[in-house]
Amino acid sequence: MIRALAWVLRRDMLLAFRRRGDVVNALVFFVIVVSLFPLGVGPEPNQLRGMAPGVLWVAALLACMLSLARLFAPDHQDGTLEQMLLAGEPLVVLVMGKAISHWLVSGLPLVLIAPLLGLQFDLPGNALAVLSVSLLLGTPVLSLIGAVGAALTLGVRGSGVLVALLVLPLFVPVLIFGAGSVGAAVAGTGAEAHFLLLGGFLALSVVLAPWACAAALRIAME
Amino acid sequence: MAMSKSRRFSLYYFSSPQSFYPLAGAMQPWFAALAVLLCAAGLYIGFFVAPTDAQQGEAYRIIFIHVGAAWMSMFLYLVMGFWSGVGLVLNTRLSSMVATALAPTGALFTFIALWTGSFWGKPTWGTWWAWDARMTSELILLFLYVGFMALQAAIDDQRRADKAGAVLALVGVINIPIIYFSVKWWSTLHQGASVSLTSAPTMAKTMLLGMLIMALGFWMYSIAATLARVRCVILERERHTEWVEAEIGRQT
Repeated sequence: MIRALAWVLRRDMLLAFRRRGDVVNALVFFVIVVSLFPLGVGPEPNQLRGMAPGVLWVAALLACMLSLARLFAPDHQDGTLEQMLLAGEPLVVLVMGKAISHWLVSGLPLVLIAPLLGLQFDLPGNALAVLSVSLLLGTPVLSLIGAVGAALTLGVRGSGVLVALLVLPLFVPVLIFGAGSVGAAVAGTGAEAHFLLLGGFLALSVVLAPWACAAALRIAME
Repeated sequence: MAMSKSRRFSLYYFSSPQSFYPLAGAMQPWFAALAVLLCAAGLYIGFFVAPTDAQQGEAYRIIFIHVGAAWMSMFLYLVMGFWSGVGLVLNTRLSSMVATALAPTGALFTFIALWTGSFWGKPTWGTWWAWDARMTSELILLFLYVGFMALQAAIDDQRRADKAGAVLALVGVINIPIIYFSVKWWSTLHQGASVSLTSAPTMAKTMLLGMLIMALGFWMYSIAATLARVRCVILERERHTEWVEAEIGRQT
């Protein structure tokens, strides 16, 4: 099982490395969306500081969602997905590997660049640290829930818009506590409770999402 | 459980669309009639019998529609999740059809709850919309209904549409309490709104009675509407079968 997981991870990372443009595009999208907000609402530092957690988190949600279309579709097209379903290894493990590699490719870069963008919004140092930790805990949940949505809409017409419709309402709790933790850090009330809840979401989605995702893939490939 | 000799008394007899179709047709007018009677009685009590509220004046009377609709919106999602689960586990076609038929009614009640809530909010809170926990989670519930219907509409293969919708409904059922509490804690963190429904005074008995009768009327309406819709779904999906051809031939 560990070998199967390692195989999926290695393969997906290799594919992502060969097509670096896709990874960079999602990251640039994140940076552009975040940079548009000050242009839209004006450059007052106080207002920007208040908005920063929500803006950064919503942009992370959108960036994460954009790359969901590529999670299963290429494997579906070239037949790899069918082989995965036929393989002797449990599909849940393979799906878990896909979700982890999706996070490594589209979640982790956001975590790393977010503090820099936070500086543009005049966030204080401790809030930047909290922002990084909250994204570190929250973005894997987005990848896991997103994988369920991607599997459900696999090969469906208009799947790009549809996956947003299905997945974004389910992202709400992560958004609330992710952005809330940074807000709490700015207000000086401490973000531990938010981190605990985000960790809870992560634990729950690690247990349930691959299972639902595997079921959805089986339905899609019937 | 005692096994019945006659096949007609088996509960599973009605799990086939062909035998459920006439049963639904026979039950549907009764539930529709009950819905009309109960709603008429509830509205009469609500508008003419129930006393004027000391604090909110006449505006409070919208709760007779609002509360029942909000209850149904949440309850119908659970029912939809239940039938989706049954359809997924037992692979019964009728269960999935019922889940499909429930979704528009659930979305309708969610929309009514939001709409009437907005009408209620204007005179009592002074605003059409507040980011209150209940309103926000009701809005997200509407998004979940819309997502379910959009997913089923986008998939051409009927069996896949059923099953994919079922997985989505079950994921939604797990998420609804999480979303509700998230939004609740979120809105208590943002103390600014200063909107509270919990401080409402204890209700007069006639008010409660009117509300319960209206809620019961909405139940009956939901059952009647779902039965009517499931009959259409059955006819549409079984159109290639002989019995549907015979049925349509008989009706025209």
